Amino acid sequence: MRNTFADTFYEAGTRDKRLAVVVADISPAGSIQKFREDFPDRFVNTGVSEQIMIGMCAGMALRGLRPFAYTIATFTLFRPFEFVRNDLCYQNLPVTVVGIGGGVTYSTLGGTHHAMEDVAVAGAIPNLTILAPCDPDETKAATLWCVEQTRGPVYLRLGKAGEPDFTSIAVDPWEFGKVRYLRNGQDVCIFSYGPIMKLAVELADRFEKSGKSVSLISVHTLKPLDREGISTALAAHKHAIVIEECVPRGGLAGQVKEIAWDQKADCRLDAFSLQDEFIHCYGTHSDLLAAHGLSIESLVQQLKIV
Amino acid sequence: MASVEKGFDALAAQRRCLEYRRRILEISQQVTALHVAPAFSCLEMVDLIYSGLMRPSAEGLSPRFLDSFLMSKGHGCLSQYVILENFGVLEKSDLQNYCTPIGQLGAHPDFGVPGIEASTGSLGHGMGIATGMAYADRIKGDDRHIFVVLSDGELQEGSTWEAIMMAANLNLHNLIAFVDLNDFGGLARMSEGHPAFYPVLDKIRAFGWEAIEVNGHDAAAMHDGFLNRSRKKPLMIVGKTVKGKGVSFMEHVPIWHYRSPNKEEYAQALAELGEVSS
Ligand SMILES: Cc1ncc(C[n+]2csc(CCOP(=O)(O)OP(=O)(O)O)c2C)c(N)n1
Repeated sequence: MRNTFADTFYEAGTRDKRLAVVVADISPAGSIQKFREDFPDRFVNTGVSEQIMIGMCAGMALRGLRPFAYTIATFTLFRPFEFVRNDLCYQNLPVTVVGIGGGVTYSTLGGTHHAMEDVAVAGAIPNLTILAPCDPDETKAATLWCVEQTRGPVYLRLGKAGEPDFTSIAVDPWEFGKVRYLRNGQDVCIFSYGPIMKLAVELADRFEKSGKSVSLISVHTLKPLDREGISTALAAHKHAIVIEECVPRGGLAGQVKEIAWDQKADCRLDAFSLQDEFIHCYGTHSDLLAAHGLSIESLVQQLKIV
Repeated sequence: MASVEKGFDALAAQRRCLEYRRRILEISQQVTALHVAPAFSCLEMVDLIYSGLMRPSAEGLSPRFLDSFLMSKGHGCLSQYVILENFGVLEKSDLQNYCTPIGQLGAHPDFGVPGIEASTGSLGHGMGIATGMAYADRIKGDDRHIFVVLSDGELQEGSTWEAIMMAANLNLHNLIAFVDLNDFGGLARMSEGHPAFYPVLDKIRAFGWEAIEVNGHDAAAMHDGFLNRSRKKPLMIVGKTVKGKGVSFMEHVPIWHYRSPNKEEYAQALAELGEVSS
């Protein structure tokens, strides 16, 4: 995802001279390095100074540039939180805040590097759009949207590198603000976003093996949320499931439940998220997700799939 | 054990640091990536703090030291882990299970792990916590030094300077900080990308601290700096260091910030370091 973002951004940057990237002492992945070499004026490294990374983006946007702030998710959103809120969101400036390693991607780096609450925290701020692509293709589409958009600030939540493709055979194209069906079915619908789509795909496969037909839905635009699209899916399936790599309060699950309540949905609704807990577990990303209960074995068991 | 105010056995310190470097490289072979160069950069400082500056508690008491230590540059914590292992505060098995689900040690220090006094890893937090600890010790009347190791990258965080100024406002002379001045962040040399970063010493002095600059791999010089301090202000020992110190191909080479050597590189690194003489 990192590399797809970098390649897409580089491409766009050759055409659009307003595009700039401001990093806070993070080695630029892939083509960002090339961007740095080819357009040195439009590449700024503030050093380990995330607050001014956001502040400078605001100032540059006020002068008509289209800056992207780029570093690890915790340091792009949590560390300079009030700068994101006041400088970018309150003033509604078209700055994209790119967070690498959303959720608990950086498993061995420990709690200080886990953006467990990124979607919840970002979702609480007025004006902030949230995009959470699940694979390289969606990352490309989301990045291109960020480059063109005129809405205001965006939190672009990415994983790291090497994510597989989940969407090349999707039913729907990527469209800003709309849920996207990757598979179309009748019995179960699974909502997910971001790299944990991997688990959603595995779960869909297990359901299908057990004879159920499944709609697999990428909720890549988390804010503004496609309430209508979610509502339609809840009405069309007997069983809805949310899988997300975010704390249980403030993410997608609660909002889907809200929508279900408002429309008096009569489907079954299950939500699987990170625990409301700092889990001190080191190992692979999957190890840490499993410690939060997010493994295929745990889901299959809880959902009693045979 | 040599007491703080008496001399400091620099030769013994060199021997320990050689052993620690070899041990860190050994651990590097268990995982795909770890912060070798950041640990090698501050190793002499951390060793000096544990073996020369922190006053030990009475035999058998926990915690092992009367004084406190914060690894503010949390990603350098392998240096701390191997020392805590040597002191028996951490077990050999803890380091064997480094960054695995059955272990308790991750790539950054975690509060609650034996010997770890604060969770760090996000840069620029250590100085504020240390200032709070030093202030609390003072108003409680506890005779305790707080030692902190900062990276030069952390001197780019505003929070570090806020704490530096506050510690001086409070005259916290029980606070002793070391700066691991290796001229590198994660991305590039400070001197190239951020020339206004220098001079460091004058800035720290201007913020009301006593400050000296020495070779950060010279334990005896840092030890002298500590002994000769005025005890009127917080003390900053700015140690000029080499990121990746001790292994030629790691020195000043950014990729070693976070990477494990492969088998050949591992063998070469060990050969360069040499054996620990008895
Ligand atoms: C607040 C914060 N921003 C970014 C990072 C990511 N990061 C880890 S180490 C590092 C920089 C390394 O340089 P320095 O701090 O000088 O340490 P050293 O060279 O001694 O390893 C960065 C940017 C972080 N850990 N915390």
